Amino acid sequence: MNEVLAPDGLSPGFTNPVFESQHTFRRVLDAMSRPGLLINLDADLSAPADGIDAAAAIALALLDFETPIYLSPVPEWAGLAQWLRFHCGCPIVENPGDAAFALVRVDAMPALDQFNSGDPKYPDRSATLIIVCPSLEGGDSLRLAGPGIADFRVIAPTGFDPAFWDDVRQDRSKFQLGIDLILTSDNHIVALPRSTRIALED
Amino acid sequence: MAYVSVKGGERAISNAHQWLDEMRRGDTSVPELEVEQIREQLSLAVDRVMMEGSCYDPDLAALAIKQARGDVTEAIFLVRAYRTTLQRFGVTEPLETSRMAVQRRVSAAFKDIPGGQILGPTFDYTHRLLNFDLYDTGPAAMAPKAVDPVAETVPTIASVLAHESLLEEPPADAPDADAPYDLTRQPMAFPAGRDQRLQALARGDEGFLLSLAYASQRGWGNTHPLCGEIRMGAIAVEFTPEELGFPIEIGEIVVTECQMISNFEGSADRPPQFTFGYGLTFGHNERKTMSMAIVDRALRHKEIGETPAHAVQDEEFVLYHSDNVEASGFVQHLKLPHYVDFQAELQFVRRLCKEWHEAREGGEDSTTNDPLIAEAAE
Amino acid sequence: MNAVTNRKLNGAYNHAYLDEQTKRMIRRAILKAVAIPGYQVPFGSREMPVPYGWGTGGIQITASIIGQDDVYKCIDQGADDTTNAVSIRRFFAKVADVATTETTEKATIIQTRHRVPEAPLKEGQIMVYQVPQPEPLRGLEPRETETRAMHAYEEYGLQYLSLYESVSAFGRIAGGAGYPVLVDERYLMSPSPIPKFDNPKLHQSEALHLFGAGREKRIYAVPPHTDVRSLDFEDYPFEVQHFDEVCALCGCSESYKDEVILDDEGNRMFVCSDSSYCTDRRNAGHAGPLAGHVLGQDDPDPASLEDAQ
Repeated sequence: MNEVLAPDGLSPGFTNPVFESQHTFRRVLDAMSRPGLLINLDADLSAPADGIDAAAAIALALLDFETPIYLSPVPEWAGLAQWLRFHCGCPIVENPGDAAFALVRVDAMPALDQFNSGDPKYPDRSATLIIVCPSLEGGDSLRLAGPGIADFRVIAPTGFDPAFWDDVRQDRSKFQLGIDLILTSDNHIVALPRSTRIALED
Repeated sequence: MAYVSVKGGERAISNAHQWLDEMRRGDTSVPELEVEQIREQLSLAVDRVMMEGSCYDPDLAALAIKQARGDVTEAIFLVRAYRTTLQRFGVTEPLETSRMAVQRRVSAAFKDIPGGQILGPTFDYTHRLLNFDLYDTGPAAMAPKAVDPVAETVPTIASVLAHESLLEEPPADAPDADAPYDLTRQPMAFPAGRDQRLQALARGDEGFLLSLAYASQRGWGNTHPLCGEIRMGAIAVEFTPEELGFPIEIGEIVVTECQMISNFEGSADRPPQFTFGYGLTFGHNERKTMSMAIVDRALRHKEIGETPAHAVQDEEFVLYHSDNVEASGFVQHLKLPHYVDFQAELQFVRRLCKEWHEAREGGEDSTTNDPLIAEAAE
Repeated sequence: MNAVTNRKLNGAYNHAYLDEQTKRMIRRAILKAVAIPGYQVPFGSREMPVPYGWGTGGIQITASIIGQDDVYKCIDQGADDTTNAVSIRRFFAKVADVATTETTEKATIIQTRHRVPEAPLKEGQIMVYQVPQPEPLRGLEPRETETRAMHAYEEYGLQYLSLYESVSAFGRIAGGAGYPVLVDERYLMSPSPIPKFDNPKLHQSEALHLFGAGREKRIYAVPPHTDVRSLDFEDYPFEVQHFDEVCALCGCSESYKDEVILDDEGNRMFVCSDSSYCTDRRNAGHAGPLAGHVLGQDDPDPASLEDAQ
């Protein structure tokens, strides 16, 4: 329950891990249950890089020694691996295919098909991608439909190559297999579980 | 008769539990049991609770037996529910049973074996005559000491037979031996590896394994077992802390181990040879250990090349149903109210019943005392 | 001083009982369950301080999602004052220090065994179901290895065959509770043994529905606004139970009813199974033919329910 004191040079994680993990998880659950809904995680922590507060909070809430994670190898995130190892104890993997989670920056993502999209009998064994992008508003409009969405929702995250959404559609054509996406920017998130059908709006 | 609701309030629960406490204590003119007495004098019950509770802690097991009024399955449940909250530090080194301080060791396969036969503290060959002297407490029984100490290392039956190729190679461990399957943290998965199977059997209900082993002996999946060796004694447990990098002894536990040997006539792929079934339990429990070894061997039909035909050879059947905490909970959950489902069934059966009578209809036949049918015929 | 008296089981349990690693593992399973509606996610179910079959799956889900801001309701057979519901509600009031309620509208988390409340669920509410047997096909095929393959390849012929056989035998589709549904036209799912009367409440619901089977070690989910279709045939359409009797206490003709035996002569009355719904109606002035009758005369102990709050 107590604050975990980080060693020198490492920023702290949650002040109160039990309650902040629960708080973060519930908002992620809300996001997953209502794909496309923009949610403020309201995380209060000093993430080891800029613009990744939400992504870091999700990592603290969900990762541990059972969840290998892949990280985008960008110089601005140099301290992230050590931060995650200390606070979560999660193994960092080089090969995207070995990862249960990935924390990636939108401009430094491996191709989607390099990640594990599950087994037909165990589709839950697929990867969850936490994607950090510049903003969740102001980009090209995407029209969403599927479970969790009453009629349709529209999102407009920035930084994505339109071809990425083709890859996502390709991945989702294999449903029940598929990769679950959580888009983040600063403290905000939008979830796109594999059940969400995505179309680019003209 | 007044209608008494089965809906119970908080007070009913509290009163019931106080009554339970009173019943546990029994006649207060009789001295209360101390946990140490249970630990020392009901030690085989303690052993069973430790094993099926998956937690080697005689004090805790004794406490659970006291709290459960001697209901061993309930005590196992208490230990499990406590164990699940304990922090896990890591995985110990494999036990080296040849280095056991042997208190009992017998082989039914050879008249004499290296290390010798040691009868030890056994019920075997006791005449099952009630000892009325035990009505009274008396001076402690003292057994004579052996003249020669038992050898420090007593080879297992496998190593005794190793120089002949009559015995199969010991079954390979999981490739990733650092992280054995752990059913307390992972759900059952099939096909089950050896680690998962042995863990499930070790935690499994003694009565269930005993009956399966017995059924198998009677022909329902016979493996023609023979007790190669059974041994019981204390053994050191070693653990390698991350920061030290070498194993240190963290304590000593008593275990019973059984190597069951089955003959196998051979197949196109394998020469005729003897095959193994393996059993190991905490404490002293030969009935469970032997049953476990027989069932382990029966479940190995695939690697040995036998055609399964009986329940004891069906790993889904055996492993899914051996856990008495799961089984006891689910059987007894039928005590919980089911009146929502029953109302649904009642409606359905009443409708069918009514239609059945209408179909058979002369019309005058439906005078019956059964209210269900009476109503249906209205 | 010996080890026995020295040992202190001092109740130093974590918030909501489960340790944080277990909660994370369950939370990850819940997120996958939501992402694959109707699919049963295996999880490392822990031994709980109540027996398997008595709500261990629902309790583990609640313990993993509940926070200090939540308002918790727990029902069994629709009623808040059923013994096991009282027991579980007390557990969470104690270990999670959370507010409890009997009013459906006020609850953020509603744990249930065998019923969906009558009052419409709202956005933001989470239903947590205690599930004895998560596998809808288990009664037709005992092997997990087989049923898992059937789900993987969407081979549900066995289920339809069974429904068809019941039509041949009974002239209708049998099954009163635990009636199988297809979620988002993909996964066959058991809605847990709720009466089929409640099945339509899952379809395009405003709330999130989480299902936990502790003994069978499975979690599954129906997100809000998801298609949930009860299986049927064109010429034998799905239909829910209907009660000819109104609630003896509140006069409701729409609700699911408990049948209460009044004496040894076969006299009975029907009352709403959803106790909170019935109370609300009575407070609003509705009355049935036996209004004022006290259920459970030997222990009219509603005040004690508030202890937990």
